[in-house]
Order: sequence, then structure tokens, then C-alpha cells
Amino acid sequence: MVGNAVFRAEGLRKSFGQNEVLGGVSLELHAGEVTVLMGANGAGKSTLVKIISGVYERGDGTMGLAGQAFAPNTPAEAIRAGVVTVHQNINDGVVADLDVATNLTLDRLSGSGAPFLFNPARVRRQAKAVADRMGLAIDLKARVSDLSLADRQMVAIARALAHQPKVLILDEPTSSLSSAEADRLFALIDRLREQGVAILYISHRMSDIRRLADRIVSMRDGIISGVFDKKPLDYEGAVNAMLGRKIHLDQIVVRDSADIVLKIDGLRIAQGAKPISLTLGDGEVVAITGLVGVGKTALAETLFGVRKPVAGTMVLNGKPYAPGSTGEAIAAGVFLVAKDRGENGIVGGFNIQENISLPFHKRMSRFAVLRRRLERITARQQIEELGIVCRSEKDEMSALSGGNQQKVMVARWMAQDAGLFILDEPFQGVDISARRDIAAKLRASANGRATLLFVTELDEALETADRILVMSEQTIVGEHRNADVDLDRLLAEVAGGPLHSAA
Amino acid sequence: MTLRDHAIRYGFIVLLFGLVAYFAIAADGFVSPQSAVFIFQSVAITGVLALGVTATLVVGGFDLSIGSVATSAMMAAAYVMVVLEQNALVAVVVCLLIGAIVGLINGWLIVYMRVPDLLATLGMMFLLVGLQRIPTEGRSIATGMTMPDGSVANGKFSDAFLALGRHRFDFFIPNLIPVSVVVLLVLAVLIWFFLEYTRFGRMMYAVGSNERAAELAGAPVKAYKIWAYVISGVFASISGILLAARLGRGDIASGNNLLLDAVAAALIGYAVLGAAKPNAFGTAVGALFVGILLQGLTMMNAPYYTQDFVKGVVLVVALVFTFALSGRGRR
Repeated sequence: MVGNAVFRAEGLRKSFGQNEVLGGVSLELHAGEVTVLMGANGAGKSTLVKIISGVYERGDGTMGLAGQAFAPNTPAEAIRAGVVTVHQNINDGVVADLDVATNLTLDRLSGSGAPFLFNPARVRRQAKAVADRMGLAIDLKARVSDLSLADRQMVAIARALAHQPKVLILDEPTSSLSSAEADRLFALIDRLREQGVAILYISHRMSDIRRLADRIVSMRDGIISGVFDKKPLDYEGAVNAMLGRKIHLDQIVVRDSADIVLKIDGLRIAQGAKPISLTLGDGEVVAITGLVGVGKTALAETLFGVRKPVAGTMVLNGKPYAPGSTGEAIAAGVFLVAKDRGENGIVGGFNIQENISLPFHKRMSRFAVLRRRLERITARQQIEELGIVCRSEKDEMSALSGGNQQKVMVARWMAQDAGLFILDEPFQGVDISARRDIAAKLRASANGRATLLFVTELDEALETADRILVMSEQTIVGEHRNADVDLDRLLAEVAGGPLHSAA
Repeated sequence: MTLRDHAIRYGFIVLLFGLVAYFAIAADGFVSPQSAVFIFQSVAITGVLALGVTATLVVGGFDLSIGSVATSAMMAAAYVMVVLEQNALVAVVVCLLIGAIVGLINGWLIVYMRVPDLLATLGMMFLLVGLQRIPTEGRSIATGMTMPDGSVANGKFSDAFLALGRHRFDFFIPNLIPVSVVVLLVLAVLIWFFLEYTRFGRMMYAVGSNERAAELAGAPVKAYKIWAYVISGVFASISGILLAARLGRGDIASGNNLLLDAVAAALIGYAVLGAAKPNAFGTAVGALFVGILLQGLTMMNAPYYTQDFVKGVVLVVALVFTFALSGRGRR
């Protein structure tokens, strides 16, 4: 292992308003090594990356590159200094309507010293040099929009590497690649590692991490919660550092249920996925946990009629259940609090009251005319029930804190009785007190329905659920009654044993 | 509420009243029932169009084909009565059908063929502008015209149909209010009630604000979008009927300004009462605002060719009100 770090950060801090996102992060990257950065959503990974790549200004702390102080004010400065970042969204890295050659040399079109005229011959010559150095075998005249995602990404990386960087940051590069495409990327990363580039690789995919990592750094809540560099690498330890229990919270009183509400049999949520079978009982709160991208949202959406399963059957309260649309799911009593409320939940033009009544207009109207009094009464009731902090039910959603916005999203669906209540990442971007409120409310009102939570963080599952199911690679791989949970086994299941390692 | 909030909320209404007060002083005869009716009548046709396009704006779309739907409906009404020698009812039904069908096709193009709304309706606009000329080889339709095959069209606009453009109801003063104004007011109240008070209208706003959230709340988003274009098409065809009844012939050259005037009225409506979103009341006020301004200027002998310039200025000011001052456009 190389002793001296190429890149070194000490005590990096960053706050957005009141909210501290990074609380003193120190990180070293070594030449010729792949350092994997793991962390749940909101742990501060992307903030850290954006500080290193010059997008955000750091709040406090120092950074050094190859022994010199490193303080980029813009992404361009970071690139010039030798720190290159390939962002998660592949199409952000390339211009789809231009050809490969222009894309490879795009950053030479502007900046001081760039020639005024666009000379296709020169561009192709430069592009060829870039492509050759990378061993990139793509037709330089092809339009990027005609390339596969993997090829587009290769183009983005090749351009990044034209600057001969000392540090390369890859932010979830395989999230939209097939496994064959990912293999090509891994081969490239191996080659760069041999050339002595220090690589920071951000990923949730255990199979990627097992394939590439020389070191693993786990982040949690804005700090580094573990560094693992002894071979063989302790993958479960890394997952534990990223997700595991911080503090021992109050044990919940675990309930068992006899009355089956939902029975799933042989459900396959994607081509090539192993079947899922499970039952959910009346009054029970069940959490499904697993890393990002293992199919939790796909399962939630299948249950809610957003997508159709490949195979399998569902039985809800004794009747066959196969929703063709969200409307049918709601009519059958299946409600979903979707993840990412900004994207999937909040109607920005509506106030609290209108957001709460959204799914149940039909039940709240007479001859298609909305009964505003009933709407208002319902909203006030829900604000009271969930302790939503606001001036009145007429407040704009943008005036609320993240936790209160999420409470409105939950309140929306709790205004009516559900048969099956599904919540996908209900605690994302929610402060701890709002999280406790929501969890307590879910448990207190659990009788008369089955409640199904999808969470990435183990704590959230341990705090709220009677039963915890572990999901990996689009199927359920483990089940735990939430009393004396065998955390080692649970973490091993989350991390996915070598048996499941094919991506 | 701060002064700024008040300015955003009531600024445009104050401007409207200020304008009326100014013209009342500056222009003789501006304040009279006849003058008021004249203003309403002048905005009736574009007002109905604007109310229709408001429905598509509410679901986050846009309908550029409304002007050409109106002129197509006008030509169709003339063709049905003059060439096919049918009665007024048939003509009206044909027009409404054209509007509904064009709306359905627009909706289908946008929802199922994934053509962006502006492009789909732009294409439809072109198509209709051409289509309405084909049956008569580009000629206007009037009684006694010679058809392409040499025969003479002997039908005529029925009196019942012409009454839509010419009959006036008594209202305190005999023969005061034209049918077109009544149609405008009825449609305005209908669409306003529909958008503000029914669950369908509410869900249309939800679709326009966050389509994904509306879908996850169980709404058939595609159907709502298609319906919005059908509403827009039908309203446009109604305004085509009014146009035909007013002109009494199928005039190939009329209706050039309909689209821009209607869109301007709907967009000015964003600024009314600080709504910062499409709304039927605002659209009606927007149409009225333009009508009052033009009527006042005309009575003060401003030349006709300055009209478009004035409308443009009003529109730009209204858009600044909506997007810069209220800050809601940034979301």
C-alpha cells in the first residue's frame, strides 16, 4: 500500500442554514488505490464530493493535493489542479446532440486560449489522442445520442481523464449500467489504478464494492463512521458503520399478528429476479430494509399498481389483488406514501389542506363539487393528530420544514382507513423528532390494517417495526422478528453474501 | 401582508379601475351602458377562446390550435348552411364536433404520441389552416358563390344562426345585450365553477403542478390532460360559431389575431389577484382589460395600428407582475 496520500482533507465542515451536513470529515486518497465511499442517503457523500470538486465552498477545514494546499473555487479550477469528477447522471456529462469527437474535447472549446474558430480537423485529431490514451474504441463521428449508456459514460470519463488527473471521483457510476457494461467500466478502473490514479468510488452496490475496493470509508450523518483497509476487507463492518445502530433506542413492544391481510406468492418484480413470497398481518408493522437499488421502490410500486409484476399473485383480505392503476389500488384500500416527497408527493401549487385532500376528492365531494368545509375539517384534524407545525391549514407547503412536509404527506393518506398502508422511505430528509412522531403515530394506529415500511437505515426499521425483512437483489433474503435481532446475520444479509454477488 | 404583497395581489385590479377612471374623464361617452356592452361584445369571441385555453394551461399544457379551430368552425358552419343547405342546429352540432375531435387528437398526440404540447398544437394549427381552405379551393363562402365544380351554392345562413350574432336581449334598455356577451358570461361562470369548485378542476390543477404526485394520488392523469384539450377545442369551436354568426359568411381572411389575443388574455389572467397560475376569473378580467384599453384608446382617436403594440405592453407588464414580483414562477 502506498504510504503517502495524494489527496488529504482535514476537518471539512459544511452547513446549509441551520442544518450541518458535514461535521468535520477527514479523508485520504492514495495513488493507485480505489477508495470506496459508502453512506446512506443524506449521509453527506454528495456534499463531500461537491466540496472536493469545487462546486460548493467548504465551511471549514483544509484540503491538500500532492503536498500543496487545494482550495478550488469552481469545478474548472478543481479539474485544472487534477481532481476530476464524473457525476452520477451520465447524461449530465455529455452533450447528446454532438458527436463523440466534440464531446471528448468539449472543455477545450472555452476558456482562455481557446481558438475562436471551430476546426473539425483539429478537434478530431485531439479527440483521437484522448481516445487512444484511454483505449477507447468508439467511432469518433458517432453522435452521442446513438451510443449506449455505458459508451456515453466512457466518453465522459475519457474526457475527464484527458487532463491526466491525480484524483478521479466516480459518483455511483454503475447505477444505470447493465452488468456487462459495468464490467467494461471495472476493467477501465483497473487500468487507471495501475497508472497510479487515486480513485474515490461512491456506490451502494455491494457487488461493485467487492470487485473494486482497496479501502472502504463509511459515512454516516456527516462524519466518517469507519475506515476499513485491512485485507480481507470487512464488508459487514462497513455496512454496519454506515447503517447500524447509533444508540440503543427504546425497545418496542413487538406484536404478532394472526389475521392475514396481504399474501404475496411467487411475486417477481423484474426480469430475472427471484420470486418474493410473504404475508402481512393485521395490526402488524413490517419494515423491509436493504441497500439503495435492491428493488424496494419497485416492490412498493408493484403493490400500489404503478408497475406490473413479471409473475406471481397477491391476495388482499381474501380477494385476489392485481391493481392496474394507482386508482384501483386506492379503491382496494392500498395507500402508498411515495418516497422523495418533492418529486412524488407535494403539489407545490396547493396549500396544506389541498395537499391532504388530494387522493380522496371523490369521497369529499357531492355531485363532483368539493365540500370545502369537510376538506378543512379533515385537514385540521390531521394537523392536530400528527402535530404538524403550521400557522393554519391554508399555509403554503414551501413554508413548512422538511419534517412537517413529510407529516403532511403521511397525513394525506391517514385521513382515510387503509387496508394496507405502504410507506417508502418515510423518514428521508426528516428530523429526528418528526421521525419519532410519525413512527409513534404509525404504531399507535396500526390496528385494522397492515403497515409496510421500506427503509434503508436499519435504525428506522429497528425503531418502528414488529418484523424486519431484508431485501437484496430484488428479492427477500431474510426475516427477523424485532426482538433480540441477530444484527450480524441481518447485516450479512444486507451486505449480500458472495452467493448473491452477481450484479 | 406587506406593501409588496398588496401590490402583487391588487395591483392589476387597481390598474384596471384606474384605466376606467381615466377614460371616463378623458373620453366622452365612455361611461354608458352601450359602451360597456360594446366592450363586452368586442372581447366575447377572444374571451371564449381564452377561457378554453385556460383549461389547457391549468394542466400544464398549451393549445396553439385554438385560433385555427375557431376559423375552421366558422368555415364549417358556412359550408354546412350555404353549400349543404342545412339548418342552424346541424351547423352548430358540426362545429362543436369539430372542436371536440380536434381536442381529442391534440390530447392523443400529446399524451400518447409524446409530442410536446406546443409542437403538437402548432402542427394542428397549420393543418387546420390548410384544411379549412380545401373544400372551396381557398375561397370564402357566401350565398351565391361558385363552387369548384361550376355549380352555384344557393343555401344561406339561417336566421336562427345569424341571431346568435345579431340578436340583442333587453336588459333595462331595449335591445342591449348581444347573444355573444351572454354566451361569454355563461361560459366564464361555468368554467370558473368547474375549475375552482369541482373535484375535476382541482385535480386538473394538481396535474399541472405535479403530475407524478397526482398520479400517485390515484388520478388518471392522461385522461385529465386529454379532457383539457377537448374543453379547449370545444370552447374554440363555440367562438368560431359566434364569429360566423357575426360575419354572416365564411371569411377566409378573418380571425388572424384570435390566437394571440386569447393567449394574451389568459396570461394576463395570471397576474389578477396575485394568482400566479392560470385561472378562469383572471382570464375573464384579462380579456376585459384588453377590451377596455382598446375601446378607450379608440374613443380617444388612437390609430388602429397601435392596438397590437398596446396589447403587447400590457402582456409584458402582466408577466413581470406574475413571475418577477410574486416569485412563484421560480418554483
